[in-house]
Amino acid sequence: MRLRDILRSPLRRGDVYTGIVCLLPSLAVIAVFVVFPIFFSLFLSFHKWAILTPEKPFVGLANFQRMFASPEFWQCLGNTFLYTAGVVPVGAAASLGLAVLLDRAVAGSGFFRTAFFLPTITSIIAIAVVWLWVYDDANGLFNTLLRALRLKPVRWLTSTRTSLLSLVIMTVWKNAGYHMVVFLAGLQAIPPSLAEAATIDGAGPGQRFRYVTWPLLAPTTVFVLVTNTIFTFQVFGPIYVMTGGGPVRSTSVIVYYLYQRAFEFQEMGYASAVAWVIFLILISLTVLQMRLSPRREQIW
Amino acid sequence: MVSPAVALRRSLLYLALGLLAAVFIVPFLWMLLASLKSTAQIFAFPPRILPRPAIWKNYLRVWQVVPLARFYLNSILVSGVVAFSQVVTSAMAAYVFARLYFPARNLIFIVYLAVMMIPTQVTVIPLFIIIRRLGLVDTYGALILPFLAYPFGAFLLRQFFLTIPRELEDAALVDGCPRLWILVRIIMPLSRAAMVTLGMLAFMFTWNAFFWPLLVTNSSEHFTIQVGLAMLRTQLVSAGDADWSLLMAATVISIVPVLVFYLFAQKQIIRGITMTGLKG
Repeated sequence: MRLRDILRSPLRRGDVYTGIVCLLPSLAVIAVFVVFPIFFSLFLSFHKWAILTPEKPFVGLANFQRMFASPEFWQCLGNTFLYTAGVVPVGAAASLGLAVLLDRAVAGSGFFRTAFFLPTITSIIAIAVVWLWVYDDANGLFNTLLRALRLKPVRWLTSTRTSLLSLVIMTVWKNAGYHMVVFLAGLQAIPPSLAEAATIDGAGPGQRFRYVTWPLLAPTTVFVLVTNTIFTFQVFGPIYVMTGGGPVRSTSVIVYYLYQRAFEFQEMGYASAVAWVIFLILISLTVLQMRLSPRREQIW
Repeated sequence: MVSPAVALRRSLLYLALGLLAAVFIVPFLWMLLASLKSTAQIFAFPPRILPRPAIWKNYLRVWQVVPLARFYLNSILVSGVVAFSQVVTSAMAAYVFARLYFPARNLIFIVYLAVMMIPTQVTVIPLFIIIRRLGLVDTYGALILPFLAYPFGAFLLRQFFLTIPRELEDAALVDGCPRLWILVRIIMPLSRAAMVTLGMLAFMFTWNAFFWPLLVTNSSEHFTIQVGLAMLRTQLVSAGDADWSLLMAATVISIVPVLVFYLFAQKQIIRGITMTGLKG
């Protein structure tokens, strides 16, 4: 229907006017603060741009060429992949384990759920500050425990060999409760009659999990893996608070690299090019994992 | 009578749950203990676990050293305004997407969805340039304006509005009731639960935000609690001079109100997570 015809019918004319009033606030905010910046960012990535320098020349693909030739960029990307590869599978396994334990109706499950959930409701910055102290070389929690067991203390955050691993451990701990809740909802959506039928057929608890729970939980599992990959890849806060990317850049992740380039070195064009690489990686991870995702109809 | 095998299995289950609960609670206890120690106790070697005597004065000292109350108020103000605005703008947009005849309605909706796929890293640099151009660096405007509306809310509420039967509106429409009135008097009251969930998610998201507030604030007048805590960490614990007990006391103060809030709103928070988790 053409706009003129729509406006001729009083009911639809009312709709259009109401629609303008209703959409305008959010459309204006999103246009100015999201859509316009997307195009501006693309523009920036082809320019040499520093806020304080008046000349902002067009440089073509130079930002991208410099980035791909930079060992620092590749190292940060590598660190991010390593960190994500550690956090996502271990985190999914841990939260699935917690969910399975809590799924059996036990007395006091409310208390345990709250305990597992404590790190989730606490902000990542507060958690990072707490774990800075937990990981302290001299009197941190872990090294105090290790000494009590007559073991050698570990330089958790101050050695290049353990720094990234320490961040992985903290992140898994921080997010386990969140994904546990998602898994619990997934587990509770599985009809109990299926597990009962399997039991009657003589399946043990391991077989019930392998052949009933696991396949039916697949959509939830894929969802947890996808969203957590996207989320983890963009880590910034704990790096800023705990290590500043060190020691010797061993925990410098890609968003921290972008932050330093854009806001410490004023290379906003170059940093925008980095941002578009982050976007491309995230979008291809999403597409890849969506392809792997099984459809519900195929299982049922 | 419970059979021995079942009793054994159940006690093993509780043992596992208890150990795991300890794993999640002990780091918080470690923070709490440190917040009650003196500097001498913090650096005592071999380390003493319990603060003896407990220095409760740390909790008084921290208010004098850092404007924690100010950070807190800033966070509440910014998160509150953003959450309220997002619920209102989202409900209005969602109503258009769910019910109204509007030119290019589906195209606009697709743009909203597509925009959600763009990570914040892409927009953050131009956004900073815009905010700086507008002269808004280190103001509440910088913390609030860009987030007054967000596509996710419109998406979430649209899904909910679609489940409301049209018949409820038809009678009012026949009586000549304007659409906006229907949204306010019929649709919004019926969607209270979804709107509360959205408001809470937006509040928590803004409360926990760090990257953007870090970029656009540079005085303790406008620091949110997250930025304030990060600044405090560099101020108190840098090489040589480390006041861990004060930092831990500040962290405890930053965490406790959130915990209390959680205990009251537990059900809604869990529902919010599963709602976005499974249907989002």
